[in-house]
Amino acid sequence: MKICVQREDFDLSLETKALSKRDGVGAVASFVGVVRDVGMTLEHYAGMTENSIRKIAEEAQKRWQVMDCTVIHRYGELAPHDQIVLVAVASRHRGDAFAACEFIMDYLKTQAPFWKKEHRPEGAAWVEARASDDEAAGRWEPPARKAG
Amino acid sequence: MLFFASLREQLGTAAEEIELPAGVATVAALRSHLAHRGGAWEGALAEKKNVRAAVNQDMAKPAAAIRAGDEIAFFPPVTGG
Repeated sequence: MKICVQREDFDLSLETKALSKRDGVGAVASFVGVVRDVGMTLEHYAGMTENSIRKIAEEAQKRWQVMDCTVIHRYGELAPHDQIVLVAVASRHRGDAFAACEFIMDYLKTQAPFWKKEHRPEGAAWVEARASDDEAAGRWEPPARKAG
Repeated sequence: MLFFASLREQLGTAAEEIELPAGVATVAALRSHLAHRGGAWEGALAEKKNVRAAVNQDMAKPAAAIRAGDEIAFFPPVTGG
């Protein structure tokens, strides 16, 4: 398992290739979050961030057949089109890889201590948490059946 | 105690060390104690405000117990990803 919280950009291709090198891997599912409209500053709770992501990834490993996973989340100044977050999951089969990848992403949005401040033309503003993000994480409760 | 994001800006401070006040044993009690300082503290930490907390770097519910020496963080709902 590789968890990184960093300022630097990441390379999706390198990360997924590293995951696919493991024996028995038949599927690598990945998600990349990108800055949409305006630049932003991403603040995080150093110390807590990596551990909280690790817990989310470990929970995914309990629920699905996950052979390995990589989560990279950036912080600091980000411009439109910059990559923000990578979640990549390696499994024997696609079903587990897709589900675990989406689960990690949904939980990361509601549990990992990051905050976005957007630099809009009218001034900087903190992004408000969205109820739809809580709903997205909530739909994984109760624990999903472990896919066979 | 640590404060993050909009809460840190409203309070004008990122960190503060305090003696655990007598009778304060939970996250909710500490929040209420801080809100009673008035001014920006009351504005930022009033009950109707959506504030989350962590105890020793773990997400914590309002009823979570706190002890002297704990690292308590208050922050708005997270918006990463």
